[in-house]
Amino acid sequence: MNFFKGIIDRFKQGSTATKLSFLVSGYGNFTRGQLIKGLIYLLIQLGFIAFMVLSPRVNDTPFGIQSLLNLQFLGTNPGDIFTNADNSLLMLLFGVVTIGVIGLFIINYLSNTKSSYYLDTVLAKGKKPNSFNQDLKLLLDERFHILLLTPSFIAATVFTILPTLFMILIAFTNFDVNHQPPGQLFTWVGFQNFIDIFDGSSEISVRFIPVLSWTLIWAVIATFSNYFAGILLAMLINQKSVKIKTFWRTVFVLTIATPQFISLLAVRNLLSLDGPINQLFLSLGLISEKMEFLTGATVDANVARTSILFINLWVGIPYTMLMTSGILMNIPKDLYEAATVDGANRSTIFFKITLPYIIFVTTPYLITSFIGNITSFNIIYLLTGGGPAVPGGYIAGQTDLLVTWLYKLTVEQNNYNLGSVIGIITFILTATGTLITYRRSKTYKEEEAFQA
Amino acid sequence: MKKKAGSIKKQERFIFVSSHILLMVLTVIWLYPILWIVLNAFRTERTDTGELIGIVVSNYWPRAFGIDNFIRLFTQTQFPVWLGNTIFVATFTFLISTILSLSVAYVMSKIKFKARKLILNVNLIMGLFPGFMSIIAIYYILKAMGLTQNLFALILVYSAGAGLGFYVGKGFFDLIPNALIESARIDGATNFQIFTKIILPISKPIIIYTALMSFMGPWMDFIFARVILGETNTQLHTVAIGLYSMIYGPQSSIDPNRFTVFTAGSVIVAIPIIMLFLSLQKFYVEGATSGAVKG
Repeated sequence: MNFFKGIIDRFKQGSTATKLSFLVSGYGNFTRGQLIKGLIYLLIQLGFIAFMVLSPRVNDTPFGIQSLLNLQFLGTNPGDIFTNADNSLLMLLFGVVTIGVIGLFIINYLSNTKSSYYLDTVLAKGKKPNSFNQDLKLLLDERFHILLLTPSFIAATVFTILPTLFMILIAFTNFDVNHQPPGQLFTWVGFQNFIDIFDGSSEISVRFIPVLSWTLIWAVIATFSNYFAGILLAMLINQKSVKIKTFWRTVFVLTIATPQFISLLAVRNLLSLDGPINQLFLSLGLISEKMEFLTGATVDANVARTSILFINLWVGIPYTMLMTSGILMNIPKDLYEAATVDGANRSTIFFKITLPYIIFVTTPYLITSFIGNITSFNIIYLLTGGGPAVPGGYIAGQTDLLVTWLYKLTVEQNNYNLGSVIGIITFILTATGTLITYRRSKTYKEEEAFQA
Repeated sequence: MKKKAGSIKKQERFIFVSSHILLMVLTVIWLYPILWIVLNAFRTERTDTGELIGIVVSNYWPRAFGIDNFIRLFTQTQFPVWLGNTIFVATFTFLISTILSLSVAYVMSKIKFKARKLILNVNLIMGLFPGFMSIIAIYYILKAMGLTQNLFALILVYSAGAGLGFYVGKGFFDLIPNALIESARIDGATNFQIFTKIILPISKPIIIYTALMSFMGPWMDFIFARVILGETNTQLHTVAIGLYSMIYGPQSSIDPNRFTVFTAGSVIVAIPIIMLFLSLQKFYVEGATSGAVKG
């Protein structure tokens, strides 16, 4: 509210020139001799008005005011021999882009009034307004942050914020495989997609609960197994008596360093029917005939899931090992000495000192890796592609996570509305985790202050 | 007393030996899949009629070695084109990304301004949406700009995200004492001079880290590249899409005998990346842990 109050105050207290710059951008600058700056503000305002009123068309779809009006129905003309069909997708996209343009214009507009108001105060103090060159120089000093941030801000608006906003809106439409522009229209359906996913009887909801529960099971097991196994490995390597520590560490780092699409595709083939692992298990007598571990016509869902969890250990343990190695070396030595003097043995030291210390320090890492596992795309997509398949619609396989399902629903099946709902649900899961981490790290910092 | 000391020594010896045996077993498990790629790249087993066997075979160690797979990779596939594409995209991406990412990181770390908190929060929230959720919107935005089916589109998409990934850089700049900046300001230096003359010269490690990380990105991404450049035009593939499609894409159905060629390509791509990563290990750990603690 302070924000709006500031703007109103600016209008009330500003000079006539400032009041007029609320109407004509750059007016306050013109009348105070800042010609170039005023011209820039004015041109941006004129350009914006032209953009809104003239509503330029790309691919037969308008931007500007027309696109905002189009947002109401997302197109009504299904097309006939005389006219091209409305393109609902582009209408929604251009509407969102126009909203973005309006946002950018408002920022510029407010900066114009602020600039004029600032000139009021400068003149009141009896100083001279800045020349354009002086203003440019400010970009290298007081306003250096604006110079550094602007390119990233524009890039993030165009390629992250607007697309995300667009996809969130898609969740409230019927933009699915049966409503594909160009040619077919889609429109708003309110919360229908969310209802479909949660109602428990529709085709999609039948697949949703299993995928959601597997995602959570996967994330819990994958996180904790990697976490504890990684700590054990770090402790194993960090033992005083172990030789060539750097070598052992490098061995494990090698799997992190190898691009995942190479290492995981290699593992997938290694475990294939004709691969060496099947041969090894056969000759060891572990299996009586060749079996499918990850993919294939006969692979069992639980076998595939277990295999993925084991392969995930191969992928994930090195990360935890790397993270905790540093922490292990920083455990205060006096803790150990005191314990040894008191006659504690190895296991007591481990369970009473080392482990609590590591858990205390790495809880934020534990939660971020939990979030990472919820959205872990590569390992599932490259190892099983989500399979084994389940018959029925919305092909979510037995090992599909929410994110790989999202990928299939959008890129492969064109059911963008459902994909978008899944994306929003994933966001809610990860956001909850982040909130916990954030609060946790705050208490952690306070505790540290308390100790010091 | 003497007996007890002996048993402790014995116990330590046991731990020493078993630890090393365990580490050796783990080493085999962790290294074999990677070694297996290299072995397959140099595997030149042939059928009775003299054809190269390019599919997966069950023997642990190849029966014949040679460089035929590499020759096939460079003469019978478009790998040279893919390599060129990837180097092109990676070079421009790392130039733009490094500048954007470090600029944002420095501002977020050392300059106090009004919208700072807001930007940090918006960035945090945006980062929580699955990245490829919005990929289809990005595709149509690029299409409206007339940029799909074009390597520049990929450079734009990779670089545009760079400003958002500023956490590691911010962590580095956070460690630079504020006193250094304040004393420069007392001497009359502008923010621009402080950044270019004082901060950048002592930030070589983070510049190198950011540059190499953004250079490596395009070599490994196969999601964005596939959607934006399309799967049909093989002239526009990067190495990641090309190699992936060689065994699981449209091409694999034409010639399934290409697994060893895939591994040959993998070796060529992976070796430089592994070398870079090993040399950057230290920064990687610092970046990841500082990011973790800050949430």
